[in-house]
Amino acid sequence: MKYQSLKWLLALSLISTAHAENVFVTLEKDNALAIVNPIEGKLLKTVPVGQRPRGIALSPDNKYLYIATSDDNTIKIFDAETFKELGKLPSGKDPETFALNPAGDKMYVSNEDDSLVTVIDIKSKKVLKQIKVGVEPEGITVSPDNKWLISVSETTNMVHWIDTKTNAIVANTLVDARPRAANFTPDSQQLWVTSEMAGTLLIIDSQSKQIIKTVNFDVSGITNDKIQPVGVIIDKDRNKGYVALGPANRVAVINAKTYEVEKVLLVGQRVWNLAFSPDQKRLYTTNGTSNDISLIDLETQTVTKSIGVGTYPWGVAAKP
Amino acid sequence: MRLIKYPFLTSVFSILTVIVFNFNNVQAAPKQIINIAYLTQEQNPPVALSNLDPFIKDKGVIGAELGINDNNTTGEFTGQQFNLKKFIVPIDGNVNDTFTKEISSQFKYLIVNLPATQLKPLSDLPAAKELLLFDVGTTDDSLRNEECQRHVLHLLPSRAMRADALAQYMMKKRWTQWFLVIGPNPEDKLYADAIKRSAKRFNMKIVAEKTWEHTYDARRTAQSDVAVFSQTEDPYDVLVVADEQGQFGEYLDYRTWVPRPVIGTQGLIATPWHKTHEQWGAVQIQHRFLEKAGRWMEEQDYSAYLAVRAIGEAATRTQSNELSKLKDYIFSDTFTLNGYTGTPLSFRAWDGQLRQPLLLAAPRSLVAIAPIDGFLHPKTELDTLGYDQPETHCQWNK
Repeated sequence: MKYQSLKWLLALSLISTAHAENVFVTLEKDNALAIVNPIEGKLLKTVPVGQRPRGIALSPDNKYLYIATSDDNTIKIFDAETFKELGKLPSGKDPETFALNPAGDKMYVSNEDDSLVTVIDIKSKKVLKQIKVGVEPEGITVSPDNKWLISVSETTNMVHWIDTKTNAIVANTLVDARPRAANFTPDSQQLWVTSEMAGTLLIIDSQSKQIIKTVNFDVSGITNDKIQPVGVIIDKDRNKGYVALGPANRVAVINAKTYEVEKVLLVGQRVWNLAFSPDQKRLYTTNGTSNDISLIDLETQTVTKSIGVGTYPWGVAAKP
Repeated sequence: MRLIKYPFLTSVFSILTVIVFNFNNVQAAPKQIINIAYLTQEQNPPVALSNLDPFIKDKGVIGAELGINDNNTTGEFTGQQFNLKKFIVPIDGNVNDTFTKEISSQFKYLIVNLPATQLKPLSDLPAAKELLLFDVGTTDDSLRNEECQRHVLHLLPSRAMRADALAQYMMKKRWTQWFLVIGPNPEDKLYADAIKRSAKRFNMKIVAEKTWEHTYDARRTAQSDVAVFSQTEDPYDVLVVADEQGQFGEYLDYRTWVPRPVIGTQGLIATPWHKTHEQWGAVQIQHRFLEKAGRWMEEQDYSAYLAVRAIGEAATRTQSNELSKLKDYIFSDTFTLNGYTGTPLSFRAWDGQLRQPLLLAAPRSLVAIAPIDGFLHPKTELDTLGYDQPETHCQWNK
């Protein structure tokens, strides 16, 4: 009996180690990737990945990790278990942000200096097309239904709607000053865009491509020019959205039905990117200037822990 | 607009005027044209201390060109085309003649890169009042106060803004006793006046004040002369130098009798733009400028870039090229401009000065960004720099 339970315990612990969730954080100034166990709230290790790593994404099957190493002018492919470098993608100059299509076979990269979006076929590692967009493209995302590729230009203040079949711009929506990030609701019906300089969140209808709501943020004790929304993410049931408010050091919780700002949560300094845990029970934030990530428990909507990870944490992705 | 108040936060929702551009239609539609003139005059190279920094002839104009490129990339999507016509008056020419003959009847938007002594006579011309002038050449506080004009916007930070930025930093460092060294030129005196205003504003003490005299002897023997010159009766924490043309300020560092930092027009300077600046997307524009110009962006380039971008932003948002509409938009609360400095820029409604942060830079390092943390303001911390609304001497109806 005793032996039996021990065996069970051993088996259980083996399973939990094998399936332990990992959070990956790119460290812009350390040229490295931090690997964090969010359950224990511990930094497990840091591995070198290349110069000035910023954008990060996992392949849909969680086998590969893509990291934009901006100063190497490439996007590197890593094995998501061993962190061995497997190859490089021809991203063009100074890649920062990129997006994968839902199938995970195409990658779209913002080339800020050249006002271009580069379309890459991942399997052949070939550039399929370069699309001319506005000045300083930054935010980039693909709708979950794979209909739209969105590129956001920071200086032109525009959202470009690119048809994924033709790779051509079909429409443009003028948005508030210095738009940064864009993300679709999981049903692909809305696009949420943050404007850093105007301090707003814009909710755009995918059908009409018109702004249906402008959400403003007010944090007591902080002047409006410190509220600079960056990362934005919406949960799978479209109940709540979350917006990182940059140097306001807060994450705003937005009711995705009424668009009311329900709460602001204090995190680290200059919070810019966000990622859900795979079960969407937690939210992870990268805090650029306080060198840590914050863990937010979404059931209680409280910040449960900060974990120091390294210098200038930039992008974040979670692997089950 | 509907307001919902919470005990600790307020959220405001509003439906914006929505503009969606259909790309295909736009390409076929006739373009709306916005013409911008750029006026400057050739300058004689000033006396140089060394050959380290070559004289730059085209300060300002390349910034304007970069701004036009950015406006036109946006314009491709909005059906607007921006044109820049440059008027570079020869040294022996007359800028007012060029303005009257070639600019006043054809342009509504004019970027002016001229010293204060030339800007004022130009902006006083009755024909100039029908245009909107973007001053990218002066830092004079008088043009933003007693001599302010409703049709002139000032892009460069004034001397008062620069002095306040440095004073905030010195206050934070507790360098409260200042030794003020003033050059022989009238501009140096104006800079020193701004420093004195800041000292008073932030309750700092100028314990000694001396004027640097240019004698050929002194120039040759800076090594020995500065040591003697920098001895004061009362001890000081920091040497504040007012030498706008850079005729002696660089001599001071490392040569003072007691070891003291140098701040002001040399040493640690306050500037709207600097090559050491790379945060908030600044790297991108530094790259784009360097590629285009083959040199670093100077503050006049940055200001001219912002002037063109302000016109572009107003034209895009209003979908107009009419002066009155653009001017109203530029002065409205909704106008914001990205200056790659982490804070939205706008114009002060009381004197037409561009509201902007200032970089405190040493030659190879960015030391701080003003407003310095802790200097608070009920509206925007940017208004802790320079003449705030209650202090202004500007009365528009002139």
